[in-house]
Amino acid sequence: MVLVRHRFRGRRLLDAVIDLPFAISPVVIGLALVLVYGQAGWLGGWLAERGIQVIFSLPGMVLATVFVSLPYVVREVAPVLREVGTEQEEAAWTLGASPLRAFLQVTLPAIRWGVAYGVVLTTARALGEFGAVTIVSGRLAGQTETLTLYVEDRFEAFDLTGAYAASLTLAVLALLVLLAMTRLPSHRRKEGR
Amino acid sequence: MSILVRDATRRFGDFTALDDVSVEVPSGSLTALLGPSGSGKSTLLRVVAGLERLDAGAVEIDGRDATGLPPQRRGVGFVFQHYAAFKHMTVRENVAFGLKVARRPRAEIRARVEELLELVQLPGLADRYPAQLSGGQRQRMALARSLAVQPSVLLLDEPFGALDARVRQELRAWLRRLHDEVHVTTVFVTHDQEEAMEVADRIVVMNAGRIEQVGGPRDLYEHPANAFVMGFVGPVTRLGELFVRPHDLQVRRQPNGTTAEAMVERLVHLGFEVRADLVLGDGQRLQAQLSREDAEELELASGQIVFVRPSRTRQFAEAAAGPPGV
Repeated sequence: MVLVRHRFRGRRLLDAVIDLPFAISPVVIGLALVLVYGQAGWLGGWLAERGIQVIFSLPGMVLATVFVSLPYVVREVAPVLREVGTEQEEAAWTLGASPLRAFLQVTLPAIRWGVAYGVVLTTARALGEFGAVTIVSGRLAGQTETLTLYVEDRFEAFDLTGAYAASLTLAVLALLVLLAMTRLPSHRRKEGR
Repeated sequence: MSILVRDATRRFGDFTALDDVSVEVPSGSLTALLGPSGSGKSTLLRVVAGLERLDAGAVEIDGRDATGLPPQRRGVGFVFQHYAAFKHMTVRENVAFGLKVARRPRAEIRARVEELLELVQLPGLADRYPAQLSGGQRQRMALARSLAVQPSVLLLDEPFGALDARVRQELRAWLRRLHDEVHVTTVFVTHDQEEAMEVADRIVVMNAGRIEQVGGPRDLYEHPANAFVMGFVGPVTRLGELFVRPHDLQVRRQPNGTTAEAMVERLVHLGFEVRADLVLGDGQRLQAQLSREDAEELELASGQIVFVRPSRTRQFAEAAAGPPGV
């Protein structure tokens, strides 16, 4: 929202930073997160004092996935948001709707396919994410292990059957997600846009 | 309900959209904000609606200070050039939106929506989506939507700008009749002087962030305050220091002492009128507008020498480019 609607100093920088995960290796992102949130990291120590463990646990994995998939959502939603413009929202304001209500009832429905598309892409990306997650998860078997990590783990342990089984599950899941994605644009067309 | 704008200034970076503008819109009037693009007319309208903030100055609506109020609490209806229809809602839901926000009882909303759709001549289309309507129908829906909440003032930003010429013509006449019926104080923005003259009973002429003149359509045409207004509200041609409307230039075959000699350079036949491009002896060009009969009687042809004399002229001091008192 901020990126599309407002002009401010550093907007182009923020714009570029959002695309960063496209350009750098996920492993680097994982290491960067460890640097910031790890025991010895800038924020990690402060968080640890409050009993919050980020790295080698679920929050860290979520954070890594969010960071890696952020550009997919932003790049999907931004053009739609730009196309919709601000007039519908302003019309809602003059009709008495609060900014929150105008956003929820007018803007969000108008950009919903952009958001849905971004979410599906994110899901697809998250399923296959390996690099960043492998660093921050600590790979505690049965606890902080994603399916992709499990495949690699089995493969390393020469358990080919297990690796193949998990891979197949992963492939089927990915296929389902991508099928869901192809359905979205057809909805978009049905609305006559 | 009257609108009062006092000493309003608004800048966008280096660009001054409104430069110390003061204007009053009387209750119940139908006022046009007329000016070229970039003159500040849309900014002024958005300032009244609360969609644009002021760097300096004040806005009063119905005698109450509204300068700091958000658009939700100003009691204004706003119509956008590109309709701003809620695309995912039906016509009925669009019109009902403001009433739902105001938590009116369901039966009342239903009755009011029917009444409004009748008023804007869209009954029977209540369950359509905006994408299934023509441009003119969408704009009438937008108008019904803004009227639903019974605004104290109705603001329209180039409401017919996106429509084709024929529909625009229809909607102008229709807006005029609607205003006579509903009587809500209405302000609309346009860059089309003909539209302003035809629809409005008061016209505010703007240029470069300032107000040049305020008056009735006839008033502006016949008594323009300066060269800009004279040129903007109608055709104008120059004879030395004098400003002349082309239909006020008399064309003769014979000189009579007060006339100037000119050559007909080109003739344009536009149905009942004939436009003649003339060149004076000193190379100055000017235009005359004649009826077809007069042109035939004079047997005008290009290359011919004629004698011209203005029947009505105006002269403006160079300083007239500044704003007159409002």
